[in-house]
Amino acid sequence: MVVFEKPKALTDTPFHYCPGCTHGIVHRLVAEAIDELGIEGNTIGVAPVGCAVFAYNYFACDMIEAAHGRAPAVATGVKRADSSKIVFTYQGDGDLASIGTAETVHSAARGENITIIFINNAIYGMTGGQMAPTSLPGQITQTSPYGRDVDTVGYPVKIAEMLSTLDGAGYIERVAVNNVKNVRNAKKAIKKAFQNQVEGKGFSLVEVVSTCPTNWGLTPEKALEWLEENMLPYYPLGVYKDKFADKEGEK
Amino acid sequence: MSEKVLMKGNEAIAEAAIMAGCRHYFGYPITPQTEIAAYMSKRMPKIGGVFLQAESEIAAVNMVIGAAAAGKRAMTSSSSPGVSLKSEGLSYMAGCDLPALIVNVQRGGPGLGGIQPSQSDYYQATRGSGHGDYHLIVLAPDSVQEMADLTFKGFDLAEEYRMPCMMLADGTLGQMMEPVSLDMGDVKTHDKPWALTGTQKKRPHNIVNSLALEPQQLEQWNIERFKRYDVLKKEAMAETYRMEDAEYCIVAFGIAARISKNAVNALREKGIKAGLIRPITLYPFPEEVIREAADRCKAFLSVELSMGQMIDDVKLASACRRPVHLCSRTGGMIPTPDEVVAATMKIAEGGNN
Repeated sequence: MVVFEKPKALTDTPFHYCPGCTHGIVHRLVAEAIDELGIEGNTIGVAPVGCAVFAYNYFACDMIEAAHGRAPAVATGVKRADSSKIVFTYQGDGDLASIGTAETVHSAARGENITIIFINNAIYGMTGGQMAPTSLPGQITQTSPYGRDVDTVGYPVKIAEMLSTLDGAGYIERVAVNNVKNVRNAKKAIKKAFQNQVEGKGFSLVEVVSTCPTNWGLTPEKALEWLEENMLPYYPLGVYKDKFADKEGEK
Repeated sequence: MSEKVLMKGNEAIAEAAIMAGCRHYFGYPITPQTEIAAYMSKRMPKIGGVFLQAESEIAAVNMVIGAAAAGKRAMTSSSSPGVSLKSEGLSYMAGCDLPALIVNVQRGGPGLGGIQPSQSDYYQATRGSGHGDYHLIVLAPDSVQEMADLTFKGFDLAEEYRMPCMMLADGTLGQMMEPVSLDMGDVKTHDKPWALTGTQKKRPHNIVNSLALEPQQLEQWNIERFKRYDVLKKEAMAETYRMEDAEYCIVAFGIAARISKNAVNALREKGIKAGLIRPITLYPFPEEVIREAADRCKAFLSVELSMGQMIDDVKLASACRRPVHLCSRTGGMIPTPDEVVAATMKIAEGGNN
């Protein structure tokens, strides 16, 4: 009896992620969802610029690597080219919530039938820990060495809240992967975000509150604690919008 | 030859693209090319195609990247400031070896510039426009007919050489109406084993990508790409007009070439042996025909709607064996045939422009 195995939608390429980084968990959840829906052969993924840039080596489906922030536009092109394909993007906070804000907002406003997995770890990881659009007030980073001063650099962008105000957005949920319960919820949300697309329902985005132990300067364990104590109060988990649920009487 | 219809240049581009099998158009409004988007928004829904007005020039070009990566014939169109915004995407497209058509109906610059015709994006188009080692195929029509013909051909060249192709037109050509035959012939199809069509779990996954962290790998990719550019050189095209015995060779493309043709005729009437070379491809630049002209002519005159950009390529192609002069207007101004005649006469009389 097989008790545990690697999802088929992941290749054998070893992840390059730092110890304790939650990208690995989220990659696995995405791959499990793809496996369970049986869509690997028909799925096209869009990798971001950021730590997850090599996602194109990890997912076994066809992949394209987009310019920084442009993944939702590239995904739109792929989906419009062939609406029978399942198209997803996998993006970090710098990519999705800063340089790609326009692409994010407008793909949601169009109700583009795509799935977006948004990793929010409140920092730029690949470039070595600079302040992100989602860095918390007071958070110390390489480019906010005295702590994020909201009086001079402004406030974090709350993507799930913001996008849920758009009529075109279909399903928006914020999850975390800091404990078993949350991982299970995250899995459910990610699968639903794909399922919605398979059923032709429209735009789905799952924001995953994540850790970056390396650039937060914490051990993997401490990072999970920091996430719980600092990130979750600012970025509350939950379903922010589900316009597909109302139609079917589920919530 | 089929019947001719009267069309605006911009519309001829749009219809020829559809005839070439393009069913995916992504754009953003900007003068003086908006008719292309307007035409596509009417036609595409009727033929099962996609017209999508993007939130920005940047998004539009990235949508083209997505559709092209999925194996479709896709295009976008814009005008000078918009093409600057698209340049990031053009670099990625080149780095990913994706074919697509990008139309630039040029207006005056730099900056917001003006909305009158210009050729001042010559450097931008022929030198790649974005970052990195790459080129675009650059086509320069001088009539509404040629806008249609080169659109059709542009998709073929882009797919054959797996690179983005730019149509470098200008506001005059885009806006003017001329009779055009839309008898385009058969669409060539190209195999695209690299396209993102879903593995169906029957093949390894395809990856469309321009990232290579190992410098040896990136160098190799660039070298391979430039080998293709070498092969592309055979596609160089130019029209020659009254060049058989020409002593003074005018070089001009697009609308400047039509003005220059009138000037050549006027000069001949005055007994001055002038001729015209009209590059139809700006990349690859028709070096051979310029080189041959340098064997026989006394001087070149580059006629442009810019401060003088193509003149560099004329100097390079002729290896500066003959003097290369400039006659140009810029900022949306267009040189008259009389100005071109006067400039040529001055050279013939031993003066300098």
